[in-house]
Amino acid sequence: MTNESKYRFVGTRPLRHDGVDKVTGRAQFGADFALPDMLWGRTLRSPHAHARILRMDTHRARALPGVAAVVTAADLPEVEPGPGPVNLRDLSCNVLARNKVLYHGHALAAVAATTEALAAEALELIEVEYEPLPPVLSLDDALAPGAAILHEGRAPKRYKVSGPTNVAARCEFSRGDLTRGFAEADLLLKRSFRTQTVHQGYIEPHAVLAQTGADGRSTLWCCTQGAFMVRHYCSALLGLDSAKLRVVPSEIGGGFGGKTTVYQEPVALLLSRVSGRPVKMVMSREEVFRATGPGCATRVEVKLGARRDGTLTAARASLWYEAGAFPGSPVEPGAMCIFAPYRIENLFIEGFDVCCNKPKTTAYRAPGAPQAAFAMESLLDELAQVLKLDPLELRSRNAAQKGDQLAYGPRFKEIGLTETLSKAREHPHYKAPLEAGCGRGVAVGFWFNAGMNSSATLHLGGDGGVSLVTGNPDIGGSRASLAMLCAEELGIEVERVRPVVADTDTAPYTDLTGGSRVTFATGMAVVEASRKLVAELCARAARIWDCEPAQVTFHEGRCLPTAASGLDHSPLSVAELAARMAQTGGPINAQAQLTARGPGPGFATHICDVRVDPETGRVEVLRYTAIQDAGRAIHPSYVEGQMQGGAAQGIGWALNEEYLYDENGALENAGFLDYRIPVASDLPMIDTVLVEVPNPTHPYGVRGVGETPIVAPLAAVANAVRAATGVRMTELPISPPRLLAALGLKQNGGAR
Amino acid sequence: MRRVGRLLTGLMDSPARGYEAPDSVEQAVALLSAHGPAARPLAGGSDLLVQLRAGLQKPAVIVDLKRIPELSAVVLDDEVLRIGAARSSAALREEPSYRALFPGLLEACELIGSEQIQGRASIGGNLCNASPAADTVPALLVNEARCEIAGPEGRRFVPATEFCTGPGSTVLGLGELLVALHISRPAARSADAFLRFTPRSEMDIAVVSAAARVQLGEDGRCLDARLALGAVGPTAFIAEQAGDALRGVSPDDAALERVAALAREAAAPIDDKRGSIAYRRQVAGVLAKRALRVALARAAERTRG
Ligand SMILES: Cc1cc2nc3c(=O)[nH]c(=O)nc-3n(C[C@H](O)[C@H](O)[C@H](O)COP(=O)(O)OP(=O)(O)OC[C@H]3O[C@@H](n4cnc5c(N)ncnc54)[C@H](O)[C@@H]3O)c2cc1C
Repeated sequence: MTNESKYRFVGTRPLRHDGVDKVTGRAQFGADFALPDMLWGRTLRSPHAHARILRMDTHRARALPGVAAVVTAADLPEVEPGPGPVNLRDLSCNVLARNKVLYHGHALAAVAATTEALAAEALELIEVEYEPLPPVLSLDDALAPGAAILHEGRAPKRYKVSGPTNVAARCEFSRGDLTRGFAEADLLLKRSFRTQTVHQGYIEPHAVLAQTGADGRSTLWCCTQGAFMVRHYCSALLGLDSAKLRVVPSEIGGGFGGKTTVYQEPVALLLSRVSGRPVKMVMSREEVFRATGPGCATRVEVKLGARRDGTLTAARASLWYEAGAFPGSPVEPGAMCIFAPYRIENLFIEGFDVCCNKPKTTAYRAPGAPQAAFAMESLLDELAQVLKLDPLELRSRNAAQKGDQLAYGPRFKEIGLTETLSKAREHPHYKAPLEAGCGRGVAVGFWFNAGMNSSATLHLGGDGGVSLVTGNPDIGGSRASLAMLCAEELGIEVERVRPVVADTDTAPYTDLTGGSRVTFATGMAVVEASRKLVAELCARAARIWDCEPAQVTFHEGRCLPTAASGLDHSPLSVAELAARMAQTGGPINAQAQLTARGPGPGFATHICDVRVDPETGRVEVLRYTAIQDAGRAIHPSYVEGQMQGGAAQGIGWALNEEYLYDENGALENAGFLDYRIPVASDLPMIDTVLVEVPNPTHPYGVRGVGETPIVAPLAAVANAVRAATGVRMTELPISPPRLLAALGLKQNGGAR
Repeated sequence: MRRVGRLLTGLMDSPARGYEAPDSVEQAVALLSAHGPAARPLAGGSDLLVQLRAGLQKPAVIVDLKRIPELSAVVLDDEVLRIGAARSSAALREEPSYRALFPGLLEACELIGSEQIQGRASIGGNLCNASPAADTVPALLVNEARCEIAGPEGRRFVPATEFCTGPGSTVLGLGELLVALHISRPAARSADAFLRFTPRSEMDIAVVSAAARVQLGEDGRCLDARLALGAVGPTAFIAEQAGDALRGVSPDDAALERVAALAREAAAPIDDKRGSIAYRRQVAGVLAKRALRVALARAAERTRG
């Protein structure tokens, strides 16, 4: 691969920059920070899923020796919702409940004390009087006539309804003439699909250490996907001047979208301000499950019209996504993604954001897309079956191409869907024979990928090495890929680039790490900054050679005179120029900042083989292949790792993962024992095939790669189960009891 | 910035301020008697420490049993395998002759948690913790293990079938501890097997488990059959009628289906987050016949005792 490549580093597999720190334990994660005189904070959480707070008395807790601060929502300023995409008032109420608790585990007070045990003891002394309200625990509950309303008196967005509703917003996308499209079809299929609330499964619980000085300046150490995001939310919620808050991101033990908001961070700051001492808060695993944002439960109804040859003539989808306690489910991205992989002339999509008494959902890897793809790709599988078409052929016939318009407006530039489909058909996996009782399924996944704002700073050291400073916490290998882009541009060894994830006072502004955007967007900033650095190096060489900068060119890490200049100087390497910085004009640094446009959409095709135990309903994944267009794989091992990780999470989501709530809305499986993410022995080696259709807007052709791989597996697994058993599972997870019940229904001649 | 091991933190935060590590059974009994219910014996700690951290147990004194040689020893003589109650399951796995004799019991040991957990988890702890879902217990039951107990009154033996009296409770009285498990060598043409059902392949808790032991006659009929079920009642138990149904008959598919039906009937599970009553009953039948099949195949191969 590297031999034929025009690049020296891009596409190779160097050791990761963060590897040694992680395997030796030197890396510092969120809970690893401590300061002298530090207090421990703990959170009081609601024992009701839905209740009015009638009275709260913290006197006895305050009086407990060793307790230094007790805070409630009364200590937070009332904030306006604000103009941004996140409603700050809701965020404030999520951080510390005001008037009402909206889920079992909702924070409503916090204590800082000299030990964790004392803080926990103090929590028990806080008296709260509740007026319990009926809990709304599902979409069906929430949408039922006469349902209890979470946010009384709040009008839904873009949705007209008489009377109170738990629907917080509606979105709609349409094109063409749906009626005509369905009339042109030879075949109509319609089905409804459901998925349950799921956890991102990051291993590191949320942790924070806050320190506030008498001068009002604060520092916050925490594990997060975005230090600037934390700074913004904390200062907004506390009414602080953001210039007085420095946020230091720790090494991060997984996020997958789950660390794109704040929970304890503002509370720890508040406790620290009140007590005048540093305050540390570390969530238990149970708190992570009960009270942080999960991936949302959904119901998706799809109707497809197709001609006998498989051409899709029309498609309609309605999506209902649980937002949890506050508005803001990813139903809109779900609605935008559901038909994106296909060229369909006539379509109509509507999405509903529905509140219920569960924690406010937050992002989970390609937020909203896997649930939508589960519905669409399952129904396509059924269509292929009815039409007796190969399921990949059916998808190829309808696959979106360059120039096709998306339901939400833009047209595709270069995309690699067709390539992933044909690679899938050629793959030995797709042709391998299957044993009895086994089945094979395929599915396609799509994700937009994000651009947003990024910056990067380069500092050239006297040794010729470069510090590469950004503010993007590295959740998927971005340090390695950014360093490789920099090394490629500067022609220096990858090891000589030192990628640093810096704090908010040190790093130039960047949006959070999410949307698979860092290697793409921050990578663009790195390339631009590197080119500025090269220009400066050429200027320095020109100064040494006493010629015009235009007479100097840069090639493979060295400045040399251009052929046209007629000059004859021996080339100067980056290290040589670095050594002479002081004599040639002083330090050499470069910076670039941009709003990255044109992120390349990511497409994947997955193939899954399963065996089903007909007597227990247990599904075993035997073989799995993920094929994805990466645009350009900067560090292929990392890209493959992303594809394997996404597939593993998707398989878990398909087979066993779900939050189990009791009738009062208490979470029954708040831990990894009974919330079953797959363990290594549950999975086969996940085979990967990289497709590279360069994204024309990125200097190296990069597309985001981190989220696309979780979109296809839900349906790939369900389709494989269908092939193995003849039973179509329209509800996830396909856990053994659920599948056995469905198999029993089939045997007894029940529905389907 | 120092990092403190989480389990240790658990111990330190717990109200258990006392930690004793006696090196004889007599000392351990004296400590347990002196402190009464405020003392808890500690073997591998893979149950106890979890319970401490969750605040489910608040002992004042912890009596670590691992320094007592008798509790860590495993001895195999001509008649009996004697397993010290605090011996880790990983250590048991290392001796191939135990596996040759009791493959089912060793299968159960290998299913406990993970490699790391097995390095700590003892069979004694598994039994004394008295979880209805404990993996080694059904295998101990079908192998007619005898529990050697030491207490203020001296030693006594209790059959494993009577040791657990309910979820989390045992026959152990004040000051008593489990010293060892005694299991007789299997007869010729007999063997055991253990299967459990979990949605995940490891790091999971049995939804249902089944252990079987059979002895075949020269004619291929079943001379003896014992079936134990786990996680489908307040304790693991022997499904008497299911085992009896196989005695004296030739163990063909029809016979095994009859056993499966009897196992389903014997199961008395509860509905919880790990499985419904109906599902557990169904799977109890499936595991019963599958475990018996494995045991039968093994028994047919084992020509010597
Ligand atoms: C991650 C994880 C996974 C697990 N997976 C499984 C699994 O798959 N299957 C399974 O069955 N279990 C599992 N367990 C539970 C546990 O590991 C087992 O029950 C183990 O065998 C307990 O042994 P121990 O030596 O660690 O017991 P300990 O925790 O030391 O003791 C358990 C209990 O027995 C008492 N006790 C111990 N020894 C004696 C004695 N000699 N006399 C009197 N009382 C005594 C203790 O006081 C305590 O109440 C798991 C635990 C964890 C943490």
